[in-house]
Amino acid sequence: MAVTLTINGERRTFDVPPEMPLLWLLRDVAQLTGTKYGCAVGLCGACSVLLDGVRVFGCQTPAGDAVGRSITTIEGLADQPLGKALFSAWNEVDVVQCGYCQPGQIIAAAAMLKENAHPDDADIDAGMSGNICRCGTYPRIRAAVHRAAQIHAEEKA
Amino acid sequence: MITATRRGVLSATGVLTGALMVPVAIGASRTRAATPAAVAPNAWLSVDGEGHVGVALPKTEMGQGIMTAIVMLAAEELAVRPGDVKVSIPDGDAARFAPITQETGGSTSIRELWQPLREAAATARVALIAVAAKKWGVPAGECAAHEGTIVHRTSNRSLPYAALVADAAAAPLPKDAPVLPTSSYAVVGKPFRRLDGDAKARGKVEYGIDVILPGMRYATLAQSPVFGGKLAGVDEAAARAVPGVLGVIKGDDVVYVLATNTWAARQGLAAAKPQWHADASRTIVNQAEIDANVTAGLAKPGFVAATSGDLDKVRQGAARTFTGTYHQPFLAHATMEPANCVAQVKDGHCEVWTGTQIPSQARSVIATRLGLPMEKVAIHNRTMGGGFGRRLEPDMIERCVDLAKQVPFPVKLVWTREEDVAHDWYRPVYADRFNIGLAADGRILSWEHKIAGSSIMARLLGDKFTGVDDDAVDGAINPLYGADARKVTFQQVESLVPTSWWRGVGGLRSTFAIESMIDEIAHSLGKDPIAYRLSQISDPRAHAVLETVRAQSGWGEKTAAGIGRGVSVLHVWDTYMAAVAEVSVDSDKQITVRKVTVAVDCGQAVNPSGILAQIDSGVNFGGSAALFGEITIAGGQVEQSNFHDYRVLRMNEAPVIHATIIESSEKPGGMGEPPNAIIFPALANAVFAATGKRLRSLPLQKELQKA
Repeated sequence: MAVTLTINGERRTFDVPPEMPLLWLLRDVAQLTGTKYGCAVGLCGACSVLLDGVRVFGCQTPAGDAVGRSITTIEGLADQPLGKALFSAWNEVDVVQCGYCQPGQIIAAAAMLKENAHPDDADIDAGMSGNICRCGTYPRIRAAVHRAAQIHAEEKA
Repeated sequence: MITATRRGVLSATGVLTGALMVPVAIGASRTRAATPAAVAPNAWLSVDGEGHVGVALPKTEMGQGIMTAIVMLAAEELAVRPGDVKVSIPDGDAARFAPITQETGGSTSIRELWQPLREAAATARVALIAVAAKKWGVPAGECAAHEGTIVHRTSNRSLPYAALVADAAAAPLPKDAPVLPTSSYAVVGKPFRRLDGDAKARGKVEYGIDVILPGMRYATLAQSPVFGGKLAGVDEAAARAVPGVLGVIKGDDVVYVLATNTWAARQGLAAAKPQWHADASRTIVNQAEIDANVTAGLAKPGFVAATSGDLDKVRQGAARTFTGTYHQPFLAHATMEPANCVAQVKDGHCEVWTGTQIPSQARSVIATRLGLPMEKVAIHNRTMGGGFGRRLEPDMIERCVDLAKQVPFPVKLVWTREEDVAHDWYRPVYADRFNIGLAADGRILSWEHKIAGSSIMARLLGDKFTGVDDDAVDGAINPLYGADARKVTFQQVESLVPTSWWRGVGGLRSTFAIESMIDEIAHSLGKDPIAYRLSQISDPRAHAVLETVRAQSGWGEKTAAGIGRGVSVLHVWDTYMAAVAEVSVDSDKQITVRKVTVAVDCGQAVNPSGILAQIDSGVNFGGSAALFGEITIAGGQVEQSNFHDYRVLRMNEAPVIHATIIESSEKPGGMGEPPNAIIFPALANAVFAATGKRLRSLPLQKELQKA
């Protein structure tokens, strides 16, 4: 069994069954460990990746479903202007504590900002509530999402 | 594998410079290679031949920001930029760090390191100054450290550290080097962005769970759901039929499935359908029995933890007495990074890669477990995806080593979230009972406080335990509130449920109970809860935090129906903190935390950005537990399994937080636990203000539904 996927713009073939969730394929097989395991049942968002720009939970997405589509992991987000704005905002606001959930938070924020360039607090509540942070960085995540939207808008202007 | 000396670790490997961490495996052998001279006042802080300041972190980083705080203090004394300090996460090595312990808990890191860290860095600075002064033939007192150089301003000369290290290393270390006055600080006390933030955000930091070794295999496990139960059977053939499964390894109370990847291992475990039988020697219990036993512990005399005055006599003179009993449930840690460990046992060596709060203790535990000498065991520590006390226990390392010794390759053992929740070491169930006598004017005369619950210290101390758990009574034996007579007792009550440290432990238990009781008294007397606290507390630092939250929280302003504010104050972990929580309760009794106002006096602030982050953290972590957190036991096993039934706050439920740090030049206090403790009673008291319902048990959301 083999699955060919496009991950961060690179086509790679993996000898895995197509039902293997992306989470485990990315972490254990592709060795892209920025995507994190937290719950494996779609409750925490730590395994979030973008599939054609839309956030999916890696633990709930069979690798086969991603065939022919474009997967962006946290490692790939760094190459995108929106990713740069997000990392820069996350730094400016000093969001991170243990940091384990943050790649998933940033992927969720990227997906939200692609849809809505200027989210208000209610939009952020809706867009970010699928991601758990046990360190409680929510206030700074909220501030960083607003800041990333601003940075990204300024860059596009 | 790289072999390195301790010095080598400092100067060349496992280095985090600025923000990029390069994790490196350090071998267990300790051959001494030729190393360039370095000024090394101790075994973990040095200035190397190239003039770089290096710090091997004596405490572990689990998100609390200790890495950044330590680097700021070293950078301040040595006049370099924090981003230029080379930081490494060292292996477990008790001897290297003694008398400092690598074990990280109890909000002790800055308190423990404040003096030795600054003294070590000052020693290096004075050593470098001495060499420069000698070269220039000027008094050392005219020289100073500045941006990685020693300068002599009157002659406008300077030399970089690199040019001074060789001579300084050859000379004896100066004694009694003075630390800088805090008034001169340029870095410490000002907000500094954490050093590991960017790499973590980008997914580039290697947590224990991310370690990948050549030839490594993956595993998961199931442990007996009933505490004390044994493995009865397992369908090995079904497990092996799953593609990628390499084998099933059975233990007494555990079964492991090995595979080529974690998913296959998980599939294999599901197929294996392990069967268990309960240990007949143990009584299967339910939560109600555990709670009843703990409450019954309050009826016993208990062991006296603190006593002053003649309690009975003083109580007889009281105009009124108040009693209150408070209950707190088992809690799981539910760190975002589930329990995991990588290990290899080979040729009489054991190497472990994991994120642990107890690297040196784990080394000793594993050496004993495997019957190996300590030098044959290496614990390569990693940054942690949350600790909160969970990683103060070595069980996840022990489980992995038990497996690794049976296989010829390195193995990564990752627990499922369900195993992580159902096989935690839980915050104990506690019960507190007060009998407080007041004078006619409301002044506290007599204070009797009885505490019952599991004793973590008793487990750790064994025969040396004398009846009072010093940690469990933290915050209770010396409360902020004065009394003419006082008696505080502790009664140990155990169940079959394993208990351990959970962010705040005794100080949290005390703060919830005391601040709930005081609030009840204030309301009963018809007094403003902040004004009453101020009238019964003499400590000016406690007054300052209370007055700050009173001024900043809208305290006293009229609220709409269903909205209430609750206050709490504490002095534990050498830190003073007060909070006002504002909650709303709707017609379905759903509690929403709208806003939390916090004031802290933690002495000299090291990194205000980190302090404020800990306040955000405690409010949300503690708030999650206060509102929803509860582990319950039915038929001898934990009923919860994942985030659907062990609920935590999410973005849409997280309150606005407004925090103030009160400037202080007192010795630093701890910051990991106080914000987590302060929020429990602030929320309970706010729910009372909003609803008139006094909730004496947790979690609040469930108790309010019942009320």
